[in-house]
Amino acid sequence: MRTKNSRGRDLVPTPSQTVGPYFQIGMSGAREIPRIAAPGASGERVKLICTIFDRDGVRIDDAMIEIWQANADGKYNHSAGRQSKGVDAAVLGFGRVSSNSEGICVFETIKPGRVPGRDGGLQAPHLEVSVFARGVLKRLATRIYFAGEPANEEDPVLALVPKARRNTLMAEPVASSTGGEPGAWRFDVHLAGRRETVFFDV
Amino acid sequence: MPSSSRDGARSKSTGRADGGSARHRADSPTASSCRRYPEKTQPPYLYPPYKATLRRAPRKPLIVVPHTLSEVTGPVFGHGQISETDNDLTRQHAGEPLGERITVSGQVLDDSGRPVPNTLIEIWQCNAAGRYAHRIDQHPAPLDPNFTGAGRTLTDSQGRYRFTTIKPGPYPWNNHPNAWRPAHIHFSLFGTAFVSRLVTQMYFPGDPLFPFDPILNSIPDEKARRRLISAFDMDLTKPDWSLGFRFDIVLRGPRETPFENKK
Repeated sequence: MRTKNSRGRDLVPTPSQTVGPYFQIGMSGAREIPRIAAPGASGERVKLICTIFDRDGVRIDDAMIEIWQANADGKYNHSAGRQSKGVDAAVLGFGRVSSNSEGICVFETIKPGRVPGRDGGLQAPHLEVSVFARGVLKRLATRIYFAGEPANEEDPVLALVPKARRNTLMAEPVASSTGGEPGAWRFDVHLAGRRETVFFDV
Repeated sequence: MPSSSRDGARSKSTGRADGGSARHRADSPTASSCRRYPEKTQPPYLYPPYKATLRRAPRKPLIVVPHTLSEVTGPVFGHGQISETDNDLTRQHAGEPLGERITVSGQVLDDSGRPVPNTLIEIWQCNAAGRYAHRIDQHPAPLDPNFTGAGRTLTDSQGRYRFTTIKPGPYPWNNHPNAWRPAHIHFSLFGTAFVSRLVTQMYFPGDPLFPFDPILNSIPDEKARRRLISAFDMDLTKPDWSLGFRFDIVLRGPRETPFENKK
C-alpha cells in the first residue's frame, strides 16, 4: 500500500477555518437532514433536542450540529470493515441541522446499539457529534450518551472523562410533565463557561 | 506558489496536537486509527484577534479519544442528488452572474497521499460585489439575481473536482474597525471517516488583505496558512472564457486498511 506521497512524505491535512455566519447557503438550509432514522427502523425511537449555548449561557442561533451514529445493532452505515451485523436500510446514520432562533436543533432517530471498542469490549450507546459555528475555527467533536444506561459504567471513552464532567455528555429524558413526549431526550451543548461540555480531540 | 499537496513537510514534533494533547497508543489489532494533526497546522479554538472565539471557544483541554469504529467510519451521502449545474454556479439562474468567471479545480488526497474518490464537496461564497445571498448579510453592496453562491460535486475516481463560478469579492465585517475579509470560497468535505471531516476556506493568490485577516492568521504555521491560498493555473485557464485556480485538499485518512475484523 502506498503510504507516502511521491516524494516519500506524509501530507499535512489542510487547515480548518470557521463555517462563518452564512453556511446555510451551501451546507444547510434546504440540505438539512433532521431524520437520521426513518420510521420503520428497528430500535427505540428518539427525538433528540439539542440546544447550543455560548460562554455566557446565551443561545447560539447560527450554529450547526451534525450527528453520526450506528443502527440498533451497533452497525455503522459504512463500508469500512466487515462488521458482522447487517445494515438497516431505514437508518441513514447521519443528520445535520442548523440551530433555530432559540439555539435548538431537533433530530429524529433511534437509540443506537453498542459498537466495538478498541480492546474487544463494547462501547455504550452513543452518537458522534460535530458542532460548527461562526467563531468556532474548527469542528468541535463531542459524544452524546444516554443518561441511566447501565453500559455507561463500562464505556472506555467515558472512563477517560473526569467523573465530575461526565454529565455534560448525557442526554436526559424530557419529562412529559414539562411538555416532553415519549422518546424525547434533551442534550445541551455549552461551548464554554461553567458548564462547558466535554469536547474530544479525535 | 506550490500546490498544497506538494508542500507537505511535517512538523518534526509528534507531541502536542494543536489545542490539546496527543498521545501515542499501542495499535489494536481490531481497529485502525488516523494520524493526529501535526503541531501548529490547525487553528486553536481561542484566538482573541477573532473576537467571536472569546465567547465560543472551549477553555478546558480536549480529551484525546483512541480511535474506534465510531471515529474511523463516517457518512457517505449526497450521491445521486447531484444535478448537472450543481458544480457550475454561473448556470443556476436565467441569466449569467456578474463578475470574473473562474474555474476552481484540484485533487483531494488523504494524508498518506492516496486520492479520495467519490466524496462530496460543498462550497458557498458571496457574489462579485462581496454580498452573500443570505438574509443576515447587510453589506450595502448589490445582490445579483443570477447568483446564489452554492455548489456541490463529487470527486472522481482520482479524487479530482472542478467548479465553475465567479470570483467572490472582499467584504467588510464587524470584528474590528475597518475589518475586511479577503476574497474566499467556503469548502466542506466529508472524506472517509468522522475524523476526516473538514470545513475550510480557499483564498486567492496575492490578496492584499491577508496580513489583516484574523481568520486566516489563526493558523499558527505559515506554511499551513499558505495551503489555503489557491494557485493561479494557466493550464486550467480556458482561452476566451475563464481564469483557472488550483486548490488541492488533504484530509485525514486511515493509516492502514480501514478495519480488520476477524469474524
